Amino acid sequence: MYSWIFSHLPGPLWVRIVLALVLIAAVILLLMNYVFPWLSQYSPWTESTIGMMLL
Amino acid sequence: MGGFGEILITLGILLILFVGWELWWTNLDADRAQTQVTSEFLKDLKVAAPNSSDAPEKNPNQNPNENSNEGDEQGEEQSKDFGPAPITAIPGGETFGIFYIPRFGSNFAHPVTNGVGMDVLNTVGIGHYPDTQSPGELGNFAVAAHRQTHGQVFWDIDKFQDGDKIYLQTRKGFYTYEWRSTEIVSPSAGDVLFPVPHRPGVKPTTSILTMTSCHPPFTTRMRIIAYSELESWRPADAGAPAEIADLVQKTMGN
Repeated sequence: MYSWIFSHLPGPLWVRIVLALVLIAAVILLLMNYVFPWLSQYSPWTESTIGMMLL
Repeated sequence: MGGFGEILITLGILLILFVGWELWWTNLDADRAQTQVTSEFLKDLKVAAPNSSDAPEKNPNQNPNENSNEGDEQGEEQSKDFGPAPITAIPGGETFGIFYIPRFGSNFAHPVTNGVGMDVLNTVGIGHYPDTQSPGELGNFAVAAHRQTHGQVFWDIDKFQDGDKIYLQTRKGFYTYEWRSTEIVSPSAGDVLFPVPHRPGVKPTTSILTMTSCHPPFTTRMRIIAYSELESWRPADAGAPAEIADLVQKTMGN
């Protein structure tokens, strides 16, 4: 999968390396800002209240 | 390497990233949000009481005898008894105060907001259980905050020692609580939020502050509960208690 993506990036080797790094950074930012905050409502790790149901 | 192996590795990396997000990234987001809420709240306070922080100007109605004593003894002024604390009303969903807790760090200044939903705890930090009493009221003023993640505001809740003070600044002034005891209970022990904790139906005779958070850290198996008692209070125009005066000034200057 990853080798397929890498081989389909345009340009010489160094351009493809830069593009790959940009793609990785974009995916991480997307995860941190949108996916994980959404996912965390199902995470059981952070409850600190007592005796009542959480929203 | 087969596609299946790549998927497994990807899942592993995603899991590590998620843990990294939860334990680290959420703190950055929450710190930013809390600093902003703190400064907005304090800006409102300054507008409401422009004389409170930098006030060489005295109330014109003040007794001239008191004026002659002024500047006489800073210490006397500090230990002055301002009588019973007034009740700070808590408007729904709003930030109504700032906690200063020296035991949690010399720079610890975090806002407290009505409500204990994740919308409050995950961003603005400390939340007030809406069914419990207000600051200054007889009974139980109970709050919650995360032990870890999202600013980990109550990380040091297990570190209280005899004589530790917890300060709360509201529109009315400064409430000083003194730590009394800490206990570990199960997550379902809602009776710690009663006006007199664990004593249903008993009429309260004191004002206490109850802080709740997770225990042990990085789990949600138990809850840690720290009880403090309202010890004294100072009206806003009397200035902050000496122990936190510098911090309050610094926080308000932001």
